[in-house]
Amino acid sequence: MVARKEFTDHLHSGRFVSLAALLAVVAGAAVFAASRFIRSVAVETEGVPALFLKIFTFTDDPVPFPLVVFIGFLGPLLGIMFGFDAISGERSQGTLPRLLAQPIHRDEVILGKFVGGLAIIALLLTSLTTFVAGIGIFRLGLFPAPTEIARLLVWLMVAIIYVGFWQALATLTSVTVRRAATSAMIAVGVWIVLTIFGGFLFQALSAVLANPDDESSSLRAELLISRLSPFTLYTETSTVLLDPTQRTTGLVTFEQISQALVSNLSIPQSLLVVWPQIVGLLAMTTALFAIAFVLFMRQEVRA
Amino acid sequence: MAAPTVVTRKLTKEYGEARVVDELDLRLLPGEVFGLLGPNGAGKTTTILMLLGLIEPTSGQVEVLGLDPTRNPLTVKSRVGYLPDAVGFYDSMTGFENLRFTADLNRIPAKEARGRIEQLLFEVGLAEASGQKAGEYSRGMKQRLGIADALLKRPEVLILDEPTTAIDPEGVADILAMIRNLADHQQVTVLLSSHLLHQVQAVCDRVAIFVKGEVVAQGSPRDLASRTRGPEEVELVTTSNESILRRSVDGRRFVHSVAAGRLPGSYMIEVDRGATRQLVAALVEGGVEIDAVRRASDDLDEVYRRYFRQENVSV
Repeated sequence: MVARKEFTDHLHSGRFVSLAALLAVVAGAAVFAASRFIRSVAVETEGVPALFLKIFTFTDDPVPFPLVVFIGFLGPLLGIMFGFDAISGERSQGTLPRLLAQPIHRDEVILGKFVGGLAIIALLLTSLTTFVAGIGIFRLGLFPAPTEIARLLVWLMVAIIYVGFWQALATLTSVTVRRAATSAMIAVGVWIVLTIFGGFLFQALSAVLANPDDESSSLRAELLISRLSPFTLYTETSTVLLDPTQRTTGLVTFEQISQALVSNLSIPQSLLVVWPQIVGLLAMTTALFAIAFVLFMRQEVRA
Repeated sequence: MAAPTVVTRKLTKEYGEARVVDELDLRLLPGEVFGLLGPNGAGKTTTILMLLGLIEPTSGQVEVLGLDPTRNPLTVKSRVGYLPDAVGFYDSMTGFENLRFTADLNRIPAKEARGRIEQLLFEVGLAEASGQKAGEYSRGMKQRLGIADALLKRPEVLILDEPTTAIDPEGVADILAMIRNLADHQQVTVLLSSHLLHQVQAVCDRVAIFVKGEVVAQGSPRDLASRTRGPEEVELVTTSNESILRRSVDGRRFVHSVAAGRLPGSYMIEVDRGATRQLVAALVEGGVEIDAVRRASDDLDEVYRRYFRQENVSV
């Protein structure tokens, strides 16, 4: 019940409308640009595997960012927007004591907030993906093969979990911090640090932890550390899921590649490659929410 | 006698070293209006939250409608209505919608909910404003909406935290009448906490005076008044000069003190118990113009002040 109210609240809220409009415009623009390139490629080459999916991942001039990268960078903002005032908003509106005095379980409040927000996020992401796919189909006359649709759907779920991570983070800050604005700032701060300074941070950390002289081991360490960031996990997963020719996410030496045959992975095989990433992402999201949950349940009620 | 609806036994709440509620014993009956009086920080809200099961007591027992609110939160909350202090609503929803949300949470079927909401909105005087967004409501309107909200589930026990603050006098009279009606005709137990003693006095059957977590006195307002011994306070309103007043009571043994009252022209005169008539005689003799004389001792704020002033109070 709480979830339903949250969902309809968000649906009617200003932030949803403006965000949806913004996303549609930007994503649409990217797709139009991509479609020009793909049309030229499609004419030249037959048999580029999973051409349809390239719409989502293509990254070259003049397209600044395809949908996948777009969500990778701005998805967190989306997640944060629907989580940052989950509990602090109730507090500032003074509705929390009244809500908790109703015959509902206390956990339903925080679960409902999260589920309601996640539902909106899922709605937005799905619409966006469908929108982009639609443009691809109509502009290019490219029709996705069933395997491509399947990959797209799996990727969509991962994208939702990824954005859900940030929503969980924002929910956590909204539980612990009184003012909604502060909670938003903390969450956004984490996002900026991880996403923009992430590469630098990981390099620095790996220099500390690994032997800086041995290049391969320090690179490996850097990769390992970067896997703690949801952004990395998401990017790796998306790359493999949406491109059947991608089959590793680790370091490979030139020698290893040069003799490899180009072949396509089937969906289960692709999944297997990034299974650890997906699980990791899911685990981190769940852990964040669990902390928020426990903290909320133990908090004193004072308005 | 009917079974008590709210009982606490040696209810205590400690936050670290501080004892916010100290071994509280309460026993409320159906159809009773009970007032919790006391300054801020005395422990009234904490007590209320413990009755609702929203705060866990450090020790002691709470029983609401025969159930422990921390063990049976859903049942208790479905039968107890609560109006918090400075109640808030979802600003982007209308008054009606806010109430409908509450009705949903209480699992009241939609059609029935609609009827109840409209009825209650009418009773609290918000029928016209029900379509406005709650964010536009004044403080007084929110308070009324809060009362409607608490009554939505037709509770057997109603707990109101400062229900008449921020409401105009006419509205206050309406609300007090509503409370009295609920208690008398529907046997609802009403517990209200307030610092507006005149209003509390008008409507409460019994009151408890809270100081620093302890109940220093409990009983009907009249009982409490008679229990405090000591001099009487008489309020005098006069147009005469203060010097004339003082001269007229100068040397009289039954007069203890003369102090300025709250408004210009009013004075509080402390006299021996039962000496009001002699005081009036003295005033008349002294040529004091008497606009009004009133025995103020049985007023709850007098009682209240006395409890804070006096060292030995028989409880």
